[in-house]
Amino acid sequence: MTTSMLLLVALLLAASAFVFGRQRSVALAKPLGGQRHLDSLPFYYGALTALWCGVPALMLLSLWIMFDDVIIRQVLINALPMDVQALPATDLSLVLNTISNIAETGSAGLQPEPYVVEAAERLRALHGINQMAMTVGVISVALITALFAWQRIGVKLQARIKVEKAFKNGLLVCASIAIFTTAGIVLSVLFESIRFFQSVPITEFLFGLEWSPQMAIRADQVGGSGAFGAVPLFAGTVLISVLAMLIAVPAGLMAAIYLSEYASPKVRSTVKPMLEVLAGVPTVVYGFFAALTVAPFIRDSGGLLGLDVSSESALAAGLVMGVMIIPFVSSLSDDVINAVPQSLRDGSYGLGATQSETIKQVVIPAALPGIVGGVLLAVSRAIGETMIVVMAAGLAAHLTANPLESVTTVTVQIVTLLVGDQEFNSPKTLSAFALGLMLFLVTLVLNYVALHVVKRYREQYE
Amino acid sequence: MTDKQTEMTTMDKVNQSLARRYRAERRFRAYGMAAILFGLACLVVLFTDIIGKGHSAFLQTYVAMEITYDSDVLELSDPSDSNAVARADFQGLVKQSLRDTFSDVSGRRDKRALYALISNGAGFALRDRLANDPSLLNRSETVWLLADDDVDTYVKSRDDEGGAFTGRLNEKQIAWVEQLIADNAVEKRFNTTLFTAGDSREPEQAGILGAMMGSLFTLLVTIALSFPIGVAAAVYLEEYAPKNRFTDFIEVNINNLAAVPSIIFGLLGLAIFIGFFEMHRSIPLVGGLVLTLMTLPTIIISSRAAIKAVPPSIRDAAYGLGASKMQVVMHHVLPLAMPGMLTGAIIGFAQALGETAPLLMIGMVAFIVDIPGGVSDPATALPVQIFLWSDSPERAFVERTSAAIMVLLAFLISMNTLAIWLRKRLERRW
Repeated sequence: MTTSMLLLVALLLAASAFVFGRQRSVALAKPLGGQRHLDSLPFYYGALTALWCGVPALMLLSLWIMFDDVIIRQVLINALPMDVQALPATDLSLVLNTISNIAETGSAGLQPEPYVVEAAERLRALHGINQMAMTVGVISVALITALFAWQRIGVKLQARIKVEKAFKNGLLVCASIAIFTTAGIVLSVLFESIRFFQSVPITEFLFGLEWSPQMAIRADQVGGSGAFGAVPLFAGTVLISVLAMLIAVPAGLMAAIYLSEYASPKVRSTVKPMLEVLAGVPTVVYGFFAALTVAPFIRDSGGLLGLDVSSESALAAGLVMGVMIIPFVSSLSDDVINAVPQSLRDGSYGLGATQSETIKQVVIPAALPGIVGGVLLAVSRAIGETMIVVMAAGLAAHLTANPLESVTTVTVQIVTLLVGDQEFNSPKTLSAFALGLMLFLVTLVLNYVALHVVKRYREQYE
Repeated sequence: MTDKQTEMTTMDKVNQSLARRYRAERRFRAYGMAAILFGLACLVVLFTDIIGKGHSAFLQTYVAMEITYDSDVLELSDPSDSNAVARADFQGLVKQSLRDTFSDVSGRRDKRALYALISNGAGFALRDRLANDPSLLNRSETVWLLADDDVDTYVKSRDDEGGAFTGRLNEKQIAWVEQLIADNAVEKRFNTTLFTAGDSREPEQAGILGAMMGSLFTLLVTIALSFPIGVAAAVYLEEYAPKNRFTDFIEVNINNLAAVPSIIFGLLGLAIFIGFFEMHRSIPLVGGLVLTLMTLPTIIISSRAAIKAVPPSIRDAAYGLGASKMQVVMHHVLPLAMPGMLTGAIIGFAQALGETAPLLMIGMVAFIVDIPGGVSDPATALPVQIFLWSDSPERAFVERTSAAIMVLLAFLISMNTLAIWLRKRLERRW
């Protein structure tokens, strides 16, 4: 039985366990004079039986799926000839790949060695046994546990308390997924980064001025220096983010001020959603727009002015990214400006200040912590933005502050290093995880500070 | 007297400065207006640019050819034998017909240029026609065949002010195309291939159905996992969680994850799902799992807001009637909070649908011609297809990329409209 079929069968079993458990409780209560003699409602007896039936079976199923490949592989390796077992890990995995290919599609066109054919036969047999054992195991566990729960049903059984407890624990597990996700992110980037820093010193990575991750395959190869100095990437990221913020902060802030202080409710309710459409456009669309419309436009207009503009200029990527972030800045600033109490404004008007003077000298200073928090969140957004820079910024690392030249960023390098089939253990691929670690740490700090500032600010006026 | 004089001077000062202050006021207002107009102008430019580039992709040039299903060219005697039909050289029929139409063309190079006018996928259409109607063998009919993408681009740009875009077409080819147009043998029709085909190296045969199905399966996995889990987490945090450090830790984690760059989730998927659990690359299942983790914080945050909006009096009333905690949550709080939770979730799914970067990390960028039939078939997604096509140099791919963007935006806009409609229709204010 296939895995998805088995999953369906297990769920069906749980559903029927519910029906049987419910019926049994009703049947037990009948001679006593009806449902009110039960400890809990019949629903809870059914639910308890279904939980006993479904949960252990599904746990067994997921453990089985997780580990069966590893176990089959080990059994297969143990049965291979001694000299093959002694091969280095990469060669061994090549042999195993051949075996599994032959097991799946047959040995057409290949001239495999006899032990490979034999192993392929064994693999096929093992797969069959595995599938069979999984089906039998999961279904029998479901039936046994369901039967156990079913025969325990009695009028005194506190089914409701047990089900409510299981419900609460289920909710707790769902809420904890956020913790597991963070842990997963940290562990995955940290482990690979540590492996990377074993081959490349961390100081070279953080302070090196040259980035060319292409490792030399032959000793005499040109351009394959394998330098992992990430400073040009950091500089490129900062350059593009600064350009983006130069667009997004003034435009976003002024738009928020106008919408919350000047605009009539009618204008506000039409313009605000329209600006938010900008935030809903997928980044890949912005990337396409930046690469095919904005970048050529900037290059051509630069050419008219006699400037030499790269066709992958940082300016194009930064401009478009700034436009993407405008609604982000404006909606965050809008929230904090609205949170400034009206009494502050009234006080200022009472002293004879004009509306713009009130905004500049009372509202903005009062809202400043919140605005700074919002801007920090926007910066973290700009640093982590991927598709716009992948499509519109360059690939080669240049250490420059000139926005008309092409630069590359951390996210661009992560994508170029990891897209396509890569080995998992070359420094080139591992360096992407080190970059990911840097990106995660920087955005984490920015987010943490920003959320903290915004929270403190909110408390101030509540 | 002196008092009055100082008062006058203050008043004078104020009056003197008033004009300047009002100017500053007007200037400030104008800045605000300018910022908003800039944002809206960007929106308009973006949309007109995409639509201007992409609208032509919904039409495709077809060329009428007199095709004779010659059994000698096909080397086919029995048209009901599906194996023989599959092997037969239908492209040869197209070439034969082109040679007959332009009988003055000679020389190998010219002939090859002539064959390049019709898409090399045109033979498949002929094969399907013959398979449907075996009696066509050794008979003739006029068939509208798919033109090559260079011809397509040329025909579409003929009426442009800046002159036609000739691309890779040489002068002879242009003359042939003009002759075909003069013979009324060229027609632009609705481009069904775009919506019924998978990816292809040939622009005229490329479609977005494969990518749309990939996106659909990825999104289904995301919806099936993230909505129940997100709602459960929100219920726990709002209704059950005690005020302690562990709860605070969960909240900090959720808030941080909401702002972690999406590409980091791709790294997580690559290292954990593909590296550790050895799942296959390029499949919607892994894509859906990664996008689930990415959208969970959004869904949890909006669901919590929706649960918070349910007034405590409802809960108190239910408790007063003897309901248990689970009954209060399942029978009262969740149904009342559902519209708000759905609205937030749909907006989260729209984000997931437009997300590209994490899918690149887990290998959903491969060139896949087949249309995926399930969550474990290799697939790309619509935004990834846009990324892949935007790299292709052919001009015909630029318009198809824009068309794919228009389709993606249409999906996103309808999802968001649905969310707004749900909110307006179902949301209750207390």
